[in-house]
Amino acid sequence: MKIFVCIKQVPDTETKIKILPDQSGIDPTGIKWVMNPYDEYAVEEAIKFKEKNAGAQVWAITSGPKARAVEALRTALAMGADEAIVINAPENIDAYLTAKGLAAAIKAEGGAHLIFTGKLAIDNNQSSVPQMVAEFLEMPHTSVVSKIEATPENVTVERDVEGGSKEIVQMMTPALITANKGLNMPRYASLPGIMKAKKKVIKEIEFSSLGIAANEQKIKYTGYTLPAEKPAVKLLTGDVASQVTQLITALRDEAKVL
Amino acid sequence: MSKVLVFAEFQNGNLKRSSQELLQFAAKSGNQVVALALGSQAAQGSAQAGHHGANEVFLAKDVAFDSYNPELFTAAVSEAIQKAGATLVLASTSSTGKDLFPRVAAKIGAGVVSDGTEIILLGEDVKVKKPLYSGKCFATAQFENAAVKIVLMRANQMPVAPADTSKSAAVTEQNFAKPNLKTLIKEIVKGASEKLDLTEANIVISGGRGLKEAGGFKILNELAEVLGATVGASRAVVDAGWVGHSMQVGQTGKTVAPSLYIAVGISGAIQHLAGMSGSKVIVAINSDANAPIFQKATYGIVGDAFEILPKLTEEFKKVLHH
Repeated sequence: MKIFVCIKQVPDTETKIKILPDQSGIDPTGIKWVMNPYDEYAVEEAIKFKEKNAGAQVWAITSGPKARAVEALRTALAMGADEAIVINAPENIDAYLTAKGLAAAIKAEGGAHLIFTGKLAIDNNQSSVPQMVAEFLEMPHTSVVSKIEATPENVTVERDVEGGSKEIVQMMTPALITANKGLNMPRYASLPGIMKAKKKVIKEIEFSSLGIAANEQKIKYTGYTLPAEKPAVKLLTGDVASQVTQLITALRDEAKVL
Repeated sequence: MSKVLVFAEFQNGNLKRSSQELLQFAAKSGNQVVALALGSQAAQGSAQAGHHGANEVFLAKDVAFDSYNPELFTAAVSEAIQKAGATLVLASTSSTGKDLFPRVAAKIGAGVVSDGTEIILLGEDVKVKKPLYSGKCFATAQFENAAVKIVLMRANQMPVAPADTSKSAAVTEQNFAKPNLKTLIKEIVKGASEKLDLTEANIVISGGRGLKEAGGFKILNELAEVLGATVGASRAVVDAGWVGHSMQVGQTGKTVAPSLYIAVGISGAIQHLAGMSGSKVIVAINSDANAPIFQKATYGIVGDAFEILPKLTEEFKKVLHH
């Protein structure tokens, strides 16, 4: 019984983004790459499932430039994943191609009983790849999940929606689940885990070998810009009563947001 | 002229503001506009789609659509897009929109861009400006090899004119084919708050470590009540367990872009700033004059939140209820 975790390597949240001079993308110089934070919950959940279900195996999979992307897989292995696959894909393929590649690779491994991913990658903020993978593999999915109860035949999850509401959803397996913060507390990799992960042979698949036509790419990003610089803050001084009056006047008469 | 399908969303029987934005934008573009309205609430609200610019409403009143089921909705929306002959599909980046449309895109081979802040239409060409890295930068998304282009827009990005009740749409009832479902929605547990979600709110007030403890949020809630605002929080206080993670604003929480964002006792870590710097007006209240939040703020007050906020609440009450 294979449990797949789809992960993505992204710039650390502390990264200050710089743009390339030709505006074709972000400047990768000096970026610290980490596993997408939401994917950590997905890895943890997959490992927890394995611990409760004898015979389950956790496979971490990622798509990206293999030279750096394998590091995210090593993190997953160090946490407790059993096997890892990297799809060596160009930096800028879109969600559609990425999802097609992941679905093809998972299928080639005999399919999955469950697939876990993060609800969102914090770089492109698309929340697209997981749902697309589920569609390509013809399995149900639930996104933004903060609680999971799994039996061999089905899985019951809590999905977080707007306004703090929750949907209780039951799916027949195989199924795909995207993890929200709050699902669990991701474990730290142990030292033996890290040592083992270093030696582990990671399976490599060339994206070009998956039989996906490059002209299926749907979205291309251009014209990268930084947000406009904000004008300097207007500090409101005086005593509290005066500051409060100034603020209300500014919001009502100057900014007109009330 | 091409056809635009707008996925209309309803709350308590009324068309959501985010859907009004999309319908009015689509109508202004000079294209034929079809609104897709699903569920028993939609029956009541579909006339409003006409008032906001739809030429036609595809209405499926079936109660099966009252709760969101990804497989059911994917099938219905895909069928509707095909039936309408739509080449552009607009929806909001809501819980449903974000979940549904990537799956639809995979099913019908469409392109999808989510979290758009601006759409540029030039004939058949569609470009979408969207924030990346939660707003640390922006890029323009272009479609390639996509006969159907799906754009999910962030709420509150476009103006909304009042409903024009002289306009109406032709409503046609639809019976969409239902697939065999492997997903069952067992229960919907309503949140305690009737407030708008952070991502849709026009005013957001967020609190951080400067509030000292979970109980410190009381002064925020009181101000939010008066302003009709939604309360958010920094990662630090969510991680400390003071408030639930659904309230977190930032790169690993929600990205918000309200008209007014008030940050109280938040120093402004780079990942928090990423999640809120798209706000139109930012007010920072912090005891530390060197806090990075002041670099993003429009107005700043250096001082004690526990002195300032109650006073602000009291004054707003006077001003707003005249």
